[in-house]
Amino acid sequence: MPRPPVTSAGPVKGVRTPFTGPAPCPAGAGTIAAPALTKCQLYARSGELTQGWHPPAVVWGRHRTHPLPTPPYLQGECAINASSPPSPQGPPGTPGAPTPAAAARAAAPAVELRGITKRFPGVVANSDIDITVRKGTVHALCGENGAGKSTLMKILYGMQKPDEGTITIDGTAVSLGSPADAIARGIGMVHQHFMLADNLTVLENVALGSEKLYGIGGRARAKIRELSDAYGLNVRPDVLVEELGVADRQRVEILKVLYRGARTLILDEPTAVLVPQEVDALFDNLRGLKSEGLTVIFISHKLGEVLSVADEITVIRRGTTVGTADPRTTTSRQLAELMVGSELPSPETRESTVTDTPALTVNGLRLTATDSDGVVREVLDGIDFTIHQGEVLGIAGVEGNGQAELVEAVMGMRTPDSGRIVLADEDISTAPTRKRRESGIGYIPEDRHRHGLLLEAPLWENRILGHVTETPNSRRGLLDGRAARLDTERIIEEYDVRTPGIEVTAASLSGGNQQKLIVGREMSHHPKLLIAAHPTRGVDVGAQAQIWDQIRQARHEGLAVLLISADLDELIGLSDTLRVMYRGRLVADADPATITPEELGSAMTGAASGHLDHEAPGIPAQAAPEGGDDA
Amino acid sequence: MNKLTARVDRERLLLALAAPVLAVVAALVVTALVILATGKNPFEAFNDMLSYGSASDSQIYILNKATTYYLAGVAVAIGFRMNLFNIGVDGQYRIAAFFAAVVGGALHLPGPLQIVVIILVAMVVGAMWSGIAGILKTSRGVSEVISTIMLNSIATAVIAYLLQPGKLGQLDDAGTLVSTKNLPKSSWFFTFDAGPAGELWGFIVIAVLVGIAYWFVLGRTRFGFDLRTVGQSESAAEASGVGVKKMVVTSMVISGAVAGLVGMPTLLNDSHAFSNDFPLGVGFTGIAIALLGRNNPVGIAIASLLWGYLERTTGHLELIGYDKEILGVIQGVIVLCVVIAYELVRRFGLRRQQQRVGAELAAQAAAATDEKLEVAR
Repeated sequence: MPRPPVTSAGPVKGVRTPFTGPAPCPAGAGTIAAPALTKCQLYARSGELTQGWHPPAVVWGRHRTHPLPTPPYLQGECAINASSPPSPQGPPGTPGAPTPAAAARAAAPAVELRGITKRFPGVVANSDIDITVRKGTVHALCGENGAGKSTLMKILYGMQKPDEGTITIDGTAVSLGSPADAIARGIGMVHQHFMLADNLTVLENVALGSEKLYGIGGRARAKIRELSDAYGLNVRPDVLVEELGVADRQRVEILKVLYRGARTLILDEPTAVLVPQEVDALFDNLRGLKSEGLTVIFISHKLGEVLSVADEITVIRRGTTVGTADPRTTTSRQLAELMVGSELPSPETRESTVTDTPALTVNGLRLTATDSDGVVREVLDGIDFTIHQGEVLGIAGVEGNGQAELVEAVMGMRTPDSGRIVLADEDISTAPTRKRRESGIGYIPEDRHRHGLLLEAPLWENRILGHVTETPNSRRGLLDGRAARLDTERIIEEYDVRTPGIEVTAASLSGGNQQKLIVGREMSHHPKLLIAAHPTRGVDVGAQAQIWDQIRQARHEGLAVLLISADLDELIGLSDTLRVMYRGRLVADADPATITPEELGSAMTGAASGHLDHEAPGIPAQAAPEGGDDA
Repeated sequence: MNKLTARVDRERLLLALAAPVLAVVAALVVTALVILATGKNPFEAFNDMLSYGSASDSQIYILNKATTYYLAGVAVAIGFRMNLFNIGVDGQYRIAAFFAAVVGGALHLPGPLQIVVIILVAMVVGAMWSGIAGILKTSRGVSEVISTIMLNSIATAVIAYLLQPGKLGQLDDAGTLVSTKNLPKSSWFFTFDAGPAGELWGFIVIAVLVGIAYWFVLGRTRFGFDLRTVGQSESAAEASGVGVKKMVVTSMVISGAVAGLVGMPTLLNDSHAFSNDFPLGVGFTGIAIALLGRNNPVGIAIASLLWGYLERTTGHLELIGYDKEILGVIQGVIVLCVVIAYELVRRFGLRRQQQRVGAELAAQAAAATDEKLEVAR
């Protein structure tokens, strides 16, 4: 695919008035060749639905002690997305003209990588990578898992040295020996997993390790306030980090990087932990950073998000840059094709296979836990649901609202205080985990490294894991290594696990292939119920499609599925029934055929409950929070 | 495909051997330096160790020592495979041997039956002693490291209290040694007569059987799979349906039962009574041996033979004017090196395999498609 001219990427600097700037989302353009709705389009649609939507900065801000001025850009952003004429949303093929300022800036890119090659013994992680990141832009780095994004960012952040190639920062060729070098050059990284100490305040977390910059007292506090105000981050310096929600923590991480003087921010999969409204707020923040002249490198494999926030997109496949895309003229399909060479898979399953036969019935499930302060909390309360054969029950919810505990209670890994769990006709409320597995529960765990695999054991032993008492793995108490190995070969064949053999350790496979092995293993025992917790998390697009296909196929054959996912598209696309979990309760239900991620998202933050009805476009959904209008 | 798998395997085997060999070589180098520093000739010392160690009486001595060490190594290794650190093998074998000696001295059953009873008593006492640590861990969350160390001291105190003249002990004729009643001659374990070289303890047969059982149970049974699963990842084991708490207690009990056997070669083949000069500290030796032997039944055997060999030969060095502390230096350095080398080799092996798998898949993909050229803009 031809690379669009670099200069076409739009007016970026110069747009100094905050936030009326370009919001390059192709949503409004009616010319997109009608694929399934992408995330980006969904966001934009909801922007019309719920104008002036409130970013969860406000929803989360229940602990705030200072009044929070709502920065102007937080309002009406989506409306701008959808309609503002100067924004580069023209039909494909008409890129916006670059402003003089942007052209001037383009002369000295913030970061320029030329011919970067990194070899590990026997494998080339990056080869001949060329990327130019212009100042004051959001540059997305897009590619499947294992495509080499992380290696590249480690090189840019000084964690690894390239074997060949040059790194140029602000027009100066540099050699980065450590992250400290990178920070000194104004490059900061916001890691996917937050690195914050819960028991310290925001101020302490930010100052930690950089005490020499502004001290640890008033000066630091003033600096944090200044940065927070300048970039609209709404970070309050004296709040304990443990009191903050996920989105707030992320903003603290961003502020930490800014505090250290970064002018170029690398964000590694920043949206993985956020609900859609939080994602929107994050993107607003990114646009804020951009308009202040900062540069953002945004790593993601979520196409819709990339298209909605980036000014320019570089696609990496198999360790090399395969192209640069202009988000205004590219559809997510085209981007996906560039990434994987195939079409973006869709999780949609519409023809119903739901039967009347209950496969799993949960009644009055209640679970309490004592937290570190000795306070007894209800982790699960009054959970009632039934999953029928051939039905996928999706549970939406912000992580940490009891989904993991629900799964563990059904699996028998936690003992509930009360409640009944019936699998088909069998009461398994008190059965141990192994009995439940033998009775026909398949389990795709949320954290496959902790719960689904023995990382340092060979694949065929991993095939035995969880099913050691079942054929073909053992007979009369003795392992049947031969049969288990043969069956592992079969799984690898049928489920397309890419591996050179079954004697290699699970740790040496990529995440997607590990997950395919787990799915294959669980499906091989013909479960009555499959518990799938985030089944495609951290899995590349190709493997994602296969896993969805397998779940669909099994559902067609009468499998009941309990699906937990943070990916709302996946939830809506795969589920026959949707429930929303909030603070240990199932607070809302919805019809996946009509609901939008935003409507679901509002219930996930506790703002809506009961049956979520989808309203016609143009009118804010009834279920959408009243909280969306205040503040 | 098969080719690569095979290569990976051979490489794994090489890596597995590399660590202990490196450790032993490093230990020899350090020892040589130490001897040099004391102004003596290390090669003379090594030469003496070689020639003295290969004498036939030395070989019998080494095998007898190794029998005890092997059992201790296996007892510790069972815990290691489960990710439990049973430091208490030392207390377990001593208290087990003590009660076995007391029971053996008091009974007068037909020979073979009495031997079985003595061995069973030892295993049960060892199992109970370690079981305390297992139960404390599962019910109260007490680290097995702490509780087993404390149980070692308690075992010492209990034995010291009971092994007094007038209680379960008796003073020997010379008036210097307190011991339990001697076992009747019928319940001595058989030995292999090796002529002038001495007698090879028959308990070596039991040790071999224990090794085979260890290999079979851990590698070939469901139970062993469950146990190894817990050792590799407690969370994955729980999710897979292993009752982790039960498994902790069970494996502690089995480890203790095997620890109970550690004192048996000495008791049944050699001393025939438990006295206050019964060997001490074999449990700790077992930790070093299990580490060096990588918890592998054959590896543990090699490690215990090496340990016996070092003890025998360094003991002789003293006679020709070297310091006997050389033994401690060698053993200490081996253990240190082994721990470091294993971790390094483990990490290296994992990374290496990941890269190989990556390379292999990349090669497959490259062969399958030429599209890269096409898409490279």
